[in-house]
Amino acid sequence: MKTVFVTVGTTRFDELIESVTSSEVAQVLKARGYERLVLQVGNGSFVPDAASCAHLSVQAYRFKESIAEDMRQADLVISHAGAGSCLEALGAGRPLLVVVNDKLMDNHQLELARQLHMDHHLLYCTCSTLTETLKNMDLSVLQPFPPGRPEHFANFLDKALGVK
Amino acid sequence: MLVEELLAAVGWTQQASLTDAASLPVCLLCVSVGGHTTEIMRLMESLSAAYTPRHYVIADTDKMSEDKIVAFEKDRSPFTINRIPRSREVHQSWSSSVVSTLNALRYSLPLLFRLRPDMVLCNGPGTCVPLCIAGLLLGILGMKKVHIVYVESICRVQTLSLTGRILYLLSDYFFVQWCSLRDKYPKAIFLGRLV
Repeated sequence: MKTVFVTVGTTRFDELIESVTSSEVAQVLKARGYERLVLQVGNGSFVPDAASCAHLSVQAYRFKESIAEDMRQADLVISHAGAGSCLEALGAGRPLLVVVNDKLMDNHQLELARQLHMDHHLLYCTCSTLTETLKNMDLSVLQPFPPGRPEHFANFLDKALGVK
Repeated sequence: MLVEELLAAVGWTQQASLTDAASLPVCLLCVSVGGHTTEIMRLMESLSAAYTPRHYVIADTDKMSEDKIVAFEKDRSPFTINRIPRSREVHQSWSSSVVSTLNALRYSLPLLFRLRPDMVLCNGPGTCVPLCIAGLLLGILGMKKVHIVYVESICRVQTLSLTGRILYLLSDYFFVQWCSLRDKYPKAIFLGRLV
C-alpha cells in the first residue's frame, strides 16, 4: 500500500494535520496512488481517528520511541521544517515534502529547509499551497542526500590536539 | 599587558597540543534535547577510543538525553553523566537568562575544577556557555589548558545561533557546516557537513 507519512516532530502543527486530512488533499493523494496515511501529530490539539478520511486508510499517534519504521515504510514523507525530521527523512532516503508553518515567529529552522530545497533534496510549500503542490509534484527531480562526514571532524581534532 | 598575559594563558596566541602525550585526552561534553543530542552523538561516534573518559553534562530539565547517552556509551568507554541547571529555556527573557546563566556557572566551576578535562565539546544549547567559561577560567588561573571546541548545528546555514555568536569569540576551534557561514565568520573551520 503506497503510504504517506506525516510528521510534526516534537512540536505541534494543527494546520498541517487538518490540511492533510481534508477531503481536498485526500482526493489528490488518492489520485496519485496513495492509499494509506500515517500521522505523527506530536503535541497537536487533536489526534485524527481512522474514520477522518473517506479516501485513505488513516493511522495517527502523538509520539513513538522511534519513527524510523514509519519513515522506512513511507513512499512520501510530509514534514514540518524541523531539522531533526528533515534529516531523518533524508537519511532514510525518502522523498520529502516540507510544509512550512508561516505562523511561527522564530523561524531559523527555515534556513536548513530552504538550503536543502535549493540543493534539490526536498520539496517545499505552505499549508495553503499544499493541495496544488501535491497535485503537481515531480519527485523524480529530488537528489539523494549524502550523509555527513564526522570523520573529517575527528581527523582534524586528532591533528590539532596531537592525539595518536 | 595583563590582557596579553591572560590571553596567552588560555592559548590564544598559540595552539598548544596536549602537554602529556602519554595521557589519554579527557573529554567533557555538553548535550541537550532533540537535535543537539543527535548531532553531538554523531560527532562522538567518529572520535577514537583515545578520547576517554567522557563526561557528559546535561541540563537538569532534560529527560531524554540520558537514555541516548547510556545506550551509546554502553561497552564503549568509561563515562559519567553530570547535571547542571539549564542556562536558558527557549523564549526566556534576557534578564532572567543572565541570572540563570550565573546560576549554572555556580555548578559549572566546581565541575570543571574537579574533572580538569582536556577539551570541552559542545554544539549549541545555552547550557554550554557557563561550562566553556569555567573551562577558560581553568586556563586563566594556570590550572589546565582546556580546549574549547564548538560545532555549530547543521540547522545554521546563514546565521549563527546565540550560543554560536558567544562561543565564536571564546572557542579554540569553531566549526560551521555550511560555506555561507565560513564566508561570514573567517575564524570558523569549514570541513563540509559533519553530521
